[in-house]
Amino acid sequence: MKRQAGPEIERLILLLSKIPGLGPRSARRAVLHLVKNRDKLLGPLASALADAHDKVSECSTCGNVDTLNPCTICSDVRRDKTILCVVEEVGDLWALERASAWGGQYHVLGGTLSALGGVRPEDLDIDQLVSRCAQGHIKEVVLATNATVEGQTTAHYITDRLKKLGIATSRLAHGVPVGGELDYLDEGTLTQAIRARRPF
Amino acid sequence: MEWRDEGVVIGVRPHGETSAIAEILTAEHGRYLGMVRGGRSRHMRPVLQPGNLVMVTWRARLEEHMGTFQLEALSLKAGFILAHPLRLAGLNTLMAMAQMMPEREPHPRLYNAAHVVLSQMEDDAVWPALLVRWEMGLLDELGFGLDLSRCAATGQGDDLAYVSPRSGRAVSKGAGLPYHERLFLLPAFLNGEEGFVVADVLEGFKLTGFFLERHVYGPRQIQMPQARAWLCENLKEQMAA
Repeated sequence: MKRQAGPEIERLILLLSKIPGLGPRSARRAVLHLVKNRDKLLGPLASALADAHDKVSECSTCGNVDTLNPCTICSDVRRDKTILCVVEEVGDLWALERASAWGGQYHVLGGTLSALGGVRPEDLDIDQLVSRCAQGHIKEVVLATNATVEGQTTAHYITDRLKKLGIATSRLAHGVPVGGELDYLDEGTLTQAIRARRPF
Repeated sequence: MEWRDEGVVIGVRPHGETSAIAEILTAEHGRYLGMVRGGRSRHMRPVLQPGNLVMVTWRARLEEHMGTFQLEALSLKAGFILAHPLRLAGLNTLMAMAQMMPEREPHPRLYNAAHVVLSQMEDDAVWPALLVRWEMGLLDELGFGLDLSRCAATGQGDDLAYVSPRSGRAVSKGAGLPYHERLFLLPAFLNGEEGFVVADVLEGFKLTGFFLERHVYGPRQIQMPQARAWLCENLKEQMAA
């Protein structure tokens, strides 16, 4: 393809196009916007990226990513240290935080067990979770893995491991989502929703 | 090129940001892989769960191309199974085993048997034995079937109680008793008799597991699915309780 700009700009386009949600065309548009707003956007973005690169690390306690270690959530004294929410990825943790739905601690597994993909327990942070629970101050573990075959397989495996420690486990409810129409729901979700019905 | 068939989703992996590569065990076309455009969308994710029954339309310009799938949900079994650890282990075992089948080779008997296992998944007193039978069928379709019709030593067709690990053939009670420590027990339900207990199912899994390891997993240098070990552990716990 014919080059349209100098190597620095082409490199920037190439790198941006590797970001999820951006393709080569949208990366080109983003770069053009950045270049046009050099002082307002490009400079601050470059320094923010450099700061993030230097300071961001994985929390040694929960697996979250933050500029602090232990992360902001783990070191927050207002959070309940006796309840722990297990999630698959950092994105799931962020989703729960956005909803302000959880006031306890988190543990990020880094994926799910997969018989088909060959992901085994030792490939995930399950041992760290068990040793964290074995320290004695955790009373309940909420398994917030996805409602997929792999997510629930992981949840059952963790439940099995934690049973030996005598820690209570619970999982997220499955059912009709807000705005969901029954006609469009799969049979599995509908059955779970009927089984988990509550007095109204 | 185009065909339409019924199938069971046996595996899915993400492809790019919005699509997925689905692996489907079809009734008349065997195990097929294809790309599902929009396979990672909210609409398609519940459909693309292992164990779900779908109507598949496969399209490609040439036969040797991977092609694309268009899927329509027929029966979404996965949702029923998620809450039950034993059934989930059974489903994972079935799906992982189905991946050992050769690609694009029709095995309608095995497909029908998988369909029966999945349709009986809500009855824990039935499906584990069906899964053992399905594994026997898998060995058979792959060319390593066990001969349980008559005794390898005496030729008699009744009173069969063991299976020889060397030949994969049945051995009668009388002929096998002196060597019983070296032979596998033949569960009665694999010998045409009705009714079984969990111990029979475990014996069945031990038997099929040995031959699957020897003929299917060992030569490919891959490990047996861990879900199968969990399933057997769960069954043992159930038996102990």
